[in-house]
Amino acid sequence: MEETIRTILAEYGHLPVAMDKIRDEDDLYQVGMTSHASVNVMLALEDEFEIEFPETMLRRSTFESVAAIRNAVDDLIKASAN
Amino acid sequence: MSDGPTFRDELVAAGVLVPTACDGIYGRSSVYEDIVAGLEGLVNATAASEESASYQFPPVMPRSVLEQSGYLSSFPDMIGSVSIFRGDNADHKRLIEVAQSGGEWTSFLEAADVSLCPAVCHPLYPTLRGTLPEGGRRYDVSGWCFRREPSLDPARMQSFRQHDLVYVGDAERARQHRDRWLQLGADILGSLGLVVETVVANDPFFGRVGRILAENQRSETLKYEIVTPINSEENPTAIASANCHLDHFGEPFGIVTAAGEVAHSCCFGFGLDRITLALLRAHGLSPADWPAAARDRLWP
Repeated sequence: MEETIRTILAEYGHLPVAMDKIRDEDDLYQVGMTSHASVNVMLALEDEFEIEFPETMLRRSTFESVAAIRNAVDDLIKASAN
Repeated sequence: MSDGPTFRDELVAAGVLVPTACDGIYGRSSVYEDIVAGLEGLVNATAASEESASYQFPPVMPRSVLEQSGYLSSFPDMIGSVSIFRGDNADHKRLIEVAQSGGEWTSFLEAADVSLCPAVCHPLYPTLRGTLPEGGRRYDVSGWCFRREPSLDPARMQSFRQHDLVYVGDAERARQHRDRWLQLGADILGSLGLVVETVVANDPFFGRVGRILAENQRSETLKYEIVTPINSEENPTAIASANCHLDHFGEPFGIVTAAGEVAHSCCFGFGLDRITLALLRAHGLSPADWPAAARDRLWP
């Protein structure tokens, strides 16, 4: 899953730094991800993992790092499996 | 909730605003327009201290600007697209028949390549494609905007005027421009006797993704509004705003700084109609009786 998240970030995150230079905990907004880019990342994650972020998760913090995205996607996949 | 006449009722009764069949579309009296002209003069006099190119764009703009600026994706509920008739004689006959029978004649129309302008600085950016001079450039843009927000609140018009002071260039100067005009704007509005406050704000981005955009805009303090009470003390109305666009326009419109970086932009916008309404609210519907300080600033 992490590999897929990183691929999506590379394609839609418009980050000025290569993804292999970004650690799991790095703040993507500080690295240079714009809010419009974060929305495109969100939509790509929904398509890829066939999930839908509920309103409570439509927050800046949900997409602030690779680790945060992984946790959010993980939670949603688990929730949909139950 | 009071049962007395609303501010809108008072404006209409005094003939200052002339309502039409559509909420938020008004005619304006000469009393109203004299205030707008005074405000324009005051803003122009303040802006004259800095070198800027001054433009008026018409109320319509190329429709492509809506797409490239991101307005279509962020505010689809507010756009106005112009439709035109391009049928033949037979289509015309049917159009008239449908219209005369009270039917939906607009189904005979198709979208033109023009749309209504949603923000007065938007038609500017596509004209700037290419490399900016060293130090960037300032623009002074005034004109009509349309946003599809029908309302009985006179301060929420569908068709209204903005006067924007825009900087396009490097990120640091863009912020400085925004911050300087935010202060200048608050000073100007305060000098007219308005009780103003500067607050962090967000745009009303559409839909579920809009929540993220709005939260980001706030947390990065990209937008400030200068607010003053018009309809209520509790919910003051924004009468001016200062916006940091980052490279939101520089990127899609291919605007580059002299150093070769994607240009950043910022604008400070005076909401001319809302400021006029705020003044009428604060000082009364008869400008002849307004405080001398405000009168002297508007009509020196």
